[in-house]
Amino acid sequence: MTVPTQPTGGHAGDLELSAVTKRFGAFTAVDQLSLTVPEGSFFALLGASGCGKTTTLRMVAGLEEPTAGTVVLGGRDITRVRPYARPVNTVFQSYALFPHMTIAENVGFGLKQKRVGRKEIADRVREMLALVELTGFDHRRPAQLSGGQQQRVALARALINRPQVLLLDEPLGALDLKLRRQMQIELKRIQTEVGITFVHVTHDQEEAMTMADTVAVMNAGRIEQLGAPTEIYEFPTTAFVANFLGQSNLLTASVTGANGGDVLVEAYGKRFAVPAGRCRVSDGSAYLGVRPEKLHVAVDSATVPGSHIHVPGEITDSSYVGVSTQYLVRAPWGEELSVFAPNSGTEGPLQPGAHVSLHWHPSHSFLLARDNEVAEPVLEAA
Amino acid sequence: MSTVLATSAGSGTAYEPPPEPVAGGRRRRWLPYALLLPGFAWLGLFFAAPMVSLFTTSLYDPSGSEETGYQLTWAFGNYWDALDLYHEQFLRSLLYAFIATVACLILGYPLAYAIAVKGGRWKNLMLVGVIAPFFTSFLVRTLAWKTILSDHWIVVGGLKRVFALGDDFHLINTEFSVIAGLTYNFLPFMVLPLYASLEKLDPRLLEAANDLYATPWRTFRQVTLPLSLPGVVSGTLMTFIPAAGDYINAELLGNPKTTMIGNVVQSRFLTIHDYPLAAALSFVLMAGILIMVLIYVRRAGTDEVV
Repeated sequence: MTVPTQPTGGHAGDLELSAVTKRFGAFTAVDQLSLTVPEGSFFALLGASGCGKTTTLRMVAGLEEPTAGTVVLGGRDITRVRPYARPVNTVFQSYALFPHMTIAENVGFGLKQKRVGRKEIADRVREMLALVELTGFDHRRPAQLSGGQQQRVALARALINRPQVLLLDEPLGALDLKLRRQMQIELKRIQTEVGITFVHVTHDQEEAMTMADTVAVMNAGRIEQLGAPTEIYEFPTTAFVANFLGQSNLLTASVTGANGGDVLVEAYGKRFAVPAGRCRVSDGSAYLGVRPEKLHVAVDSATVPGSHIHVPGEITDSSYVGVSTQYLVRAPWGEELSVFAPNSGTEGPLQPGAHVSLHWHPSHSFLLARDNEVAEPVLEAA
Repeated sequence: MSTVLATSAGSGTAYEPPPEPVAGGRRRRWLPYALLLPGFAWLGLFFAAPMVSLFTTSLYDPSGSEETGYQLTWAFGNYWDALDLYHEQFLRSLLYAFIATVACLILGYPLAYAIAVKGGRWKNLMLVGVIAPFFTSFLVRTLAWKTILSDHWIVVGGLKRVFALGDDFHLINTEFSVIAGLTYNFLPFMVLPLYASLEKLDPRLLEAANDLYATPWRTFRQVTLPLSLPGVVSGTLMTFIPAAGDYINAELLGNPKTTMIGNVVQSRFLTIHDYPLAAALSFVLMAGILIMVLIYVRRAGTDEVV
């Protein structure tokens, strides 16, 4: 089944936010935020709680009015349009199902407001319940459903209206891990099937990466980086992104020069070369970053490939997690680096105290600007 | 992944409820009844016994008196007399109570809504404002209304001046003043249950309705009102039932033509000492209200209220 998006009169149905700002008193929740969500894409707004992602979503829904800036959908400025007049629907974090209505009444609510005929409402409710695999639940009440089922009703209730943009506010937050994984796949399947633009707000980086085509990492009311999940993960723009999406070993370094296609840096008295295409800066202070899974541990330094950069170290901690072994390795300058060694069966877990060589391919490292900011993502209280 | 799901789902169904406690369970079985006992004793002594006594009284020989004594003659004719002589007062009571209840609902709903939804940090203070009149006696407050609505007070004087009304314009001792008094006195009984149900209303549901194309008015009709219906039902009951049996307002603010059934019962019991008829009147009122309430609650479909 395909649900066609509403005709947009020749305009592209892109959602564009321009310099959107939202202040609550002295607190700036969203700060000069601009982004474009292409029509039909699965877009994720990723960030810690309090970063302004939900506020951004609510401004698109019309539940919050921007202090400044504009929200444009399909070429039409909807900044001041009331929520009930916007071709946008939301799947709320709490689901917000109407407890006094049956599942069918909940799902048909939007169509009823638009004064669609009863026959058509009944047909489309049936279709929609089939899409979310809840056929036969028509006459139940929300309280009689499990969390996962309620979540799917909330999705059906929003999708049935064929909105131009579907907003999802941490819709999987209340589900247990297993159900969440299942629903992630389901949501992606449904999005591909209906072809509606999905804007998904989440604090779960894995969720954002599995589902979205484009991820925007938000921090303190601003977008830190926007791009495809692989791009953001493999080549983050800032130290915040490098640590918010997965983990990164960030070495305090400074650029000393260039050599051919490489940028030369010095860290803790050691010299490293980073391919220019992997550098966000070409001079001054920097962070040299390597993902833990890109670091390799060699017991015998003679086995390190010639093209790799290597650093001696001592294992200080080893935790076996089945799929991999996670080591903390103390570098000569005292800093502990995190290493994920895949459990490929070639060698057993190493014990703390073992002296090893850490090595990585230069193209697996990246160079980021280092201001006086904190490299660790600041997790604010919910 | 799918196999992982399947196995754990299987183990989920294999869950067994904990076994029923066997030994020692019997010893405590009487405990709930023991806890009910004081309440039941109270009800029996102060509700059931007086009811039986009142019902017996209503069937006494109407020709009896305090001096000659009463005899239980199963005089069901008392009920016929009660209806025959005072059907006018019965109907008037129900009508006044109905109008006062509707007025309370119209005044009380916006008030309760404002306190519950928009009250913010003033919520408790506003609630105290609603309850504050209870700090003084019902009788004194009603007497105050006698002054407020009297002919030489600024209300009537002002109305006369503004609308150029003649000298025959009065508010006191009219149907208006009786119903206004009832409305005033029972308004808190309407506001408090309404407040309780509106306070529980999840504002996210209103946002959801708004997001699903419902205008503010349609949101109110389809979400707010249905979800506050339990409050409406209990509020109207708590207003209508005491208002229908009230006699203070009609006594202090009314005239002989606004007599309510409460006044008749009061005078039959306390002035004329015609106990059998007074008891029969009480029972007719009680039965009438009970039937109306049952029909109303059934129609409103909120069985969790009663």
